[in-house]
Amino acid sequence: MSFFFEVLIGGLLSGVMYSLVALGFVLIYKASGVFNFAQGTMVFFAALTFVGFTELGLSFWAALPATLAAMVVLGLVIERGVLRPLVNQPQISLFMATIGLAFLLEGLSQLLWGSEVRGLDIGIPDEPIAWISDRFGLNISRFDLSAALIAAVLVIALALFFSRTRIGRALRAVADDHQAALAVGIPLQQIWAIVWGVAGAVALVAGLLWGARNGVQYALTFVALKALPVLMLGGLESIPGAIVGGLIVGASEKLAEVYIGPYVGGGIEGWFPYVLALVVLLFRPEGLFGEKIIRRV
Amino acid sequence: MKLIKTLLLGAVAACALATTPSYAQQFIPILSYRIGPYAAGGSGYFGGAIDYFNLVNSQGGINGVKLVWEECETEYNAARGVECYERLKTRNGGASTVDPLSTGIAYGLIDRVAQDKIPMTTFGYGLGASADGNVFRWVFPLGTTYWDQVAAMVAYLEQKEGGAGKLKGKKIAYMYHDSAYGKEPIGTLDALAAKNGFEVIKIPITPPGTTQESQWLQVRQQKPDYVILWGFGVMNPVALKTAAKTGFPREKIVGVWWAGSEEDVIPAGTAAKGYVSAAFSAPGTSFPVMQDIKTKLYANGKGNLEDPARIGSIYHTRGVVYGILITEAIRKAQDKFGKGKVMTPEQVRWGLEHIDLTDARIKELGAAGMFPPVKTSCSDHEGSGMVKFQVWDGNAFKPVTGFMAGDRALVRKLVEESAAKYAADKKITPVDCSKEN
Repeated sequence: MSFFFEVLIGGLLSGVMYSLVALGFVLIYKASGVFNFAQGTMVFFAALTFVGFTELGLSFWAALPATLAAMVVLGLVIERGVLRPLVNQPQISLFMATIGLAFLLEGLSQLLWGSEVRGLDIGIPDEPIAWISDRFGLNISRFDLSAALIAAVLVIALALFFSRTRIGRALRAVADDHQAALAVGIPLQQIWAIVWGVAGAVALVAGLLWGARNGVQYALTFVALKALPVLMLGGLESIPGAIVGGLIVGASEKLAEVYIGPYVGGGIEGWFPYVLALVVLLFRPEGLFGEKIIRRV
Repeated sequence: MKLIKTLLLGAVAACALATTPSYAQQFIPILSYRIGPYAAGGSGYFGGAIDYFNLVNSQGGINGVKLVWEECETEYNAARGVECYERLKTRNGGASTVDPLSTGIAYGLIDRVAQDKIPMTTFGYGLGASADGNVFRWVFPLGTTYWDQVAAMVAYLEQKEGGAGKLKGKKIAYMYHDSAYGKEPIGTLDALAAKNGFEVIKIPITPPGTTQESQWLQVRQQKPDYVILWGFGVMNPVALKTAAKTGFPREKIVGVWWAGSEEDVIPAGTAAKGYVSAAFSAPGTSFPVMQDIKTKLYANGKGNLEDPARIGSIYHTRGVVYGILITEAIRKAQDKFGKGKVMTPEQVRWGLEHIDLTDARIKELGAAGMFPPVKTSCSDHEGSGMVKFQVWDGNAFKPVTGFMAGDRALVRKLVEESAAKYAADKKITPVDCSKEN
């Protein structure tokens, strides 16, 4: 039974890492109603920029705000150069723009910082915590627990930011209708710039944690694939949905791989969460926490 | 920056070729990947090859024939790789030989190179059966195939256990990239297990392998004696880190050569310490040829690697060895068909079938100890089958064995069976190598 709990807890903690990436998608979607295809690349860009700054001689604590600043600048540039010209255009145009942005950022990151694989040590060992192993016979990583804590702090901060501030309320209006939001005096461009900046900051946190685990390399862009079933499950515009979706995806994929995988030749972890998400969509097309939109015609 | 520089230089070289009268130049298309998920391997390997070609050219070329090349970025994508091949194969008088450094691209090119009569080398990768030159006339898995490599891994583990037959009753987990590449050696591993009496547990890892908790928990549950790691790219450091997290000793993991570069272990930090991998070229800058590359190229700003710290890294030296093998094949061809002449692809193919790099010849080339002797023939397009094993000590890979081979007789039997099946499927009439010269 302890093995089952080890798989379950390991899965839940992995799920938190997926949620971190999913949060970035949710933020952009809430602000613009657009699925940001470039979110995975932003994670890569953030991690690579951070490592690049440390290679230039900056300490960890100096590289952190420097990268944050770079991500905010990136957000501003995206708003000015990509989004602003597309205000009031169909959402599919904005989505297509983010596809272009993803490839642009991929190339730009490697052009600026090179394509070498780098290690990243953020000072949290990825090893089992001895006293948990001794008392419960479970191998729980200190890194995973720390990541869960960081994600929790981030979610609380974001939830407060979006529910208790004017910007948060303005976001909803912007997402619903660009033109109407502009008509009532909401500064659309400013909102978008802020949200892209915040999404950049979330990408930085995700990039540092994923980079510390997997190395800072192009493959970080693939973590977005892990966030997709999370979004399908949790709902595209829900921050709690991103967290709960991440936990469900993490736990279910690990349990499925360990307990069902051996009967079907293994390797089901990659697609099992998508099956789960599709099943949920059949019953709740907006996801578990997504907003039910009622349109009157 | 390096990519831009390379493309610009390539464009300048192409313009120069178009405007100057033709002279002795041997063209080699380079299907490289310097961006994308596997860029570290591509930039190191092709950087090493180009460094060696530049070194040869700086010393007068091959009997006066200069090597020229053009790069095309494949991003390790099979479709783009085939497109690059098609684009470059007729350039600059025609391609002499091609090496895509990708099993997927190689699969896509096997039929094309046979039709175009351009030899393709797959240095340490590709289709295992292509070692049989009777059937695969235009493919050369020089050095070692995946099949010979897995056999050498089993031999190494036997050695670790105390000698032949000592793996009987043991359990080996085979953790593999769930792709054609990862599945390629399974038949050989199964045959070796049946012959030597050990059990194989196969655990696929869905690419790219960014999370592996469930697979390593299965390892923890099954308690294998060893793990063979057949990974690629990000899968490797994640495997080592997850092994550490789940308490599996890294000393009991043996990786394929695609899991044995600095890029595979550095991101894993201390979790990689004690991990052993296969290699078919030794890293380092102490070899005379590497010293020449440093002093004659990099010291004059003519090196191909953007980061000089990578000179002598695993991928870089592997690329240099590839360069040595190709130039040696062209040299061999010139010995037969005319020194100082540009060789046709058919003649280069003949050269590739007559490589005879003995220890003495390797020493003469300044690479003693860098790679094992290679002797190809009409029927043996592999020519060696040997690898060495190296351990990561936290800072560098250190050899733990010399170059060694596994059960080559068994592997050759499997190669011939598989090649015969391929020939039957494709309606190829194998050549009679006893009649070839």
